[in-house]
Amino acid sequence: MFGWEFPPHIAGGLGTATYGLTRGLAKHGVEIRMVVPKAYGDEDQRFVRVVNASDVVTRFGDERQREIWDRMTFIEIDSNLIPYASPEEWELKREEWARNAEGGLSEDPTGHKDLWEGRFSFSGRYGENLLEEVARYAMVAAEVARQMEGEFDVIHAHDWLTYFAGIAAKAVSGKPLVVHMHATEFDRSGENVNQTVYDIERAGMEAADRVIAVSNLTRKIVIEKYGIPPEKVVAVHNAVRFASGTPEDVERGVEDKIVTFLGRITYQKGPDYFVEAAAKVLKRLPGVRFVMAGSGDMMNHVVRRVAALGIADRFHFTGFLKGDDVHKMFLLSDVYVMPSVSEPFGISPLEAMRSNVPVIISKQSGVAEVLEYAVKVDYWDVDAMADAIYALVQYPALSKMFSAKGLEEVTGLKWDNAAAKVKRVYEEAIRSL
Amino acid sequence: MKTVCFYFQVHQPMRLRKYRFFDMGKSHNYLDDAANRSILQKVARRCYLPMNALLLRLIEENKGAFRVTFSVSGPAVEQFRAWAPEVLDSFKKLASTGCVEFLAETYSHSLSSLADMDEFREEVERHRRMIHEEFGQIPTAFRNTELIYSDAIGQEVAAMGFSTMLAEGAKHVLGWKSPNYLYAGASDQRLRLLLRNYKLSDDIAFRFSNRSWDEWPLTAEKYVDWLSDPQTPGEVINLFMDYETFGEHQWADSGIFDFFAALPKAALRKKHGLEFATVSETSARYQPVSVLSCPHPMSWADEERDITAWLGNELQDEAFRKLYSLRSKVKTLASPDFDFVWSFMQNSDHFYYMATKWLSDGDVHTYFNPYGSAYEAFINYMNVLADFSVELDKQLVTQ
Repeated sequence: MFGWEFPPHIAGGLGTATYGLTRGLAKHGVEIRMVVPKAYGDEDQRFVRVVNASDVVTRFGDERQREIWDRMTFIEIDSNLIPYASPEEWELKREEWARNAEGGLSEDPTGHKDLWEGRFSFSGRYGENLLEEVARYAMVAAEVARQMEGEFDVIHAHDWLTYFAGIAAKAVSGKPLVVHMHATEFDRSGENVNQTVYDIERAGMEAADRVIAVSNLTRKIVIEKYGIPPEKVVAVHNAVRFASGTPEDVERGVEDKIVTFLGRITYQKGPDYFVEAAAKVLKRLPGVRFVMAGSGDMMNHVVRRVAALGIADRFHFTGFLKGDDVHKMFLLSDVYVMPSVSEPFGISPLEAMRSNVPVIISKQSGVAEVLEYAVKVDYWDVDAMADAIYALVQYPALSKMFSAKGLEEVTGLKWDNAAAKVKRVYEEAIRSL
Repeated sequence: MKTVCFYFQVHQPMRLRKYRFFDMGKSHNYLDDAANRSILQKVARRCYLPMNALLLRLIEENKGAFRVTFSVSGPAVEQFRAWAPEVLDSFKKLASTGCVEFLAETYSHSLSSLADMDEFREEVERHRRMIHEEFGQIPTAFRNTELIYSDAIGQEVAAMGFSTMLAEGAKHVLGWKSPNYLYAGASDQRLRLLLRNYKLSDDIAFRFSNRSWDEWPLTAEKYVDWLSDPQTPGEVINLFMDYETFGEHQWADSGIFDFFAALPKAALRKKHGLEFATVSETSARYQPVSVLSCPHPMSWADEERDITAWLGNELQDEAFRKLYSLRSKVKTLASPDFDFVWSFMQNSDHFYYMATKWLSDGDVHTYFNPYGSAYEAFINYMNVLADFSVELDKQLVTQ
């Protein structure tokens, strides 16, 4: 498996999903060799490093699941590949890193910087651009495949950065390739698609024996915009894995009802629709506050709009939240809204539901396909969004029903089930050869 | 004989701490005490103490011929009381020489004159009382926050019994007229206006240490030549500036203290025909030459000399509107704790931090700004204001 592995509390959807999926697969008796780019190590490990299972266990501190970890092996490649990066962003980050080369880990609470700089502080001296890095990763992947000849049956590659690696491994080993679309370039960039990224995505899917899409929405994009034959594309919805134990209560400072948006403040996440809906609700309802948690390139624009609408005394910004604060924010919320313009899956509403918070999600999200107990609206329909917020805030019977049923529903979304589907995809892929 | 009128503004804002959404309803300490204290003590060490000592010496040496005027804001005095009482004592010593006048202003260094005339009057009265208590003078002359002036504000000030008010010698208001004369207010002609000569004021306040300025280095002799130059016509030269110019904006090693120490003697030499006077003395000495009409508010800030440093963008307007909408509740409650917050929330500085015009005057804005951006400043301010508003409502209910 070529992909990503980060402790889930740092990374966003992709790392978390890969992590959850590998655990589920292990339970189904699938043995996994995980090949991951790695930039935490020191000089000696700059090429390939095999981490034994006990190391992995201590890293995640999960002794009880030893038999799962025993089925997994991590191979880490010292590379500065990063999930979600586009060549433009990557270039920007690389320059930034070059400027603060001595900086090391930053404690700046804005954005994903700590992750970026943490990774870059050990690499970045080779691989002048992202595409070179992708190619380098592919070369190492071919080498890994050669060394591991006979040890594996299927190759599974997550998102475009690893597709060349997957193709190379397939060429060397002759084993079937499954590529996993967690997001498409259209989700990341709207209509301003980066042609190179698009080309790599398409090349990966064309070379693949099976394509897994995280939702029907994504499957449709793959078929319509990339021209991949429908019979090759399978939708497997993500699931969610929660830390055990019930969430503790957090002391509320504010008596008003709190409606929350949590995510990157970028076009794709639809923050401006949330603002417009907030203004409509606040016109009618006094005891409500809106919170936008996160940071992003649209933040200043949104702050201005909030001020211009005259609702800034009831619309608050927390900036980027990490770890415990994210959890705290969910616990403080009475309604969670995810108004994404385009969301291949969208894990955050599940986390909200897990904290007993009723959710409103856009119909343009993959997660809308699996949820029953979520209010679904079109992202652009701010009137419907405002109606839904109003109802969930005003009618306790409704919000109680949504939070109770929602918790039930979200608890039923297991990686086990997703992993079983993925395993079937593997079997088909093997047969298809 | 030309009159030189030095006026210094003393102000330190009460800066807000980083107040997060999660603090709302839990903590009602809004101020960054550590920053406020350390900044105040630093400026006291660099500017207030040495400059007050220098002024006292110059006043004594010149036996009444050297005179200056101050205004000290409420937040500055409150912070002196808390963290640098010796500064307050040194101002009192200056007051007792009889050569130093203290003006009235808005207590909170607020923009209330642009929001609510009732609040404005209360602010001014409160400041007038404070000046009387601290320095034993009842001010008869007024200067508004950041020298903000308009006909309407002038009328209000005259109605409060002030005979004199300071204003900017703004080009767009004066036109061909010279700032070096006395003017009368357009709405109430009994009000005498002293207008800042911004060129000569900024030679000290902004350009003094600028090595790329073609007049650098500026000496007392050279400066006095400019003041007495027949090419500088008029009866009065109003040199109005932030007091922090001395030692803080212009550091001691720029020679600013030496420059100022040499200035009175140089100016008072007979051949120059210069004398020093306080604001009220200057105002009484001459007749206004004309009425000055100023329908739109002007100030001493930025290139534009208008109020866009504090108001005008969405963020500033929203914060300003939301703040003053709380006034009637604050007055109904009449609690000292709430009045205290109400006061520092009015500091004009909070609105200055929310400015988004970053052209020619961007440097000055960033220099004074504790926030990374206008947006951060706005978000933080609104969080504090929201919590204050909630607490205000709670108190009103329990009362």
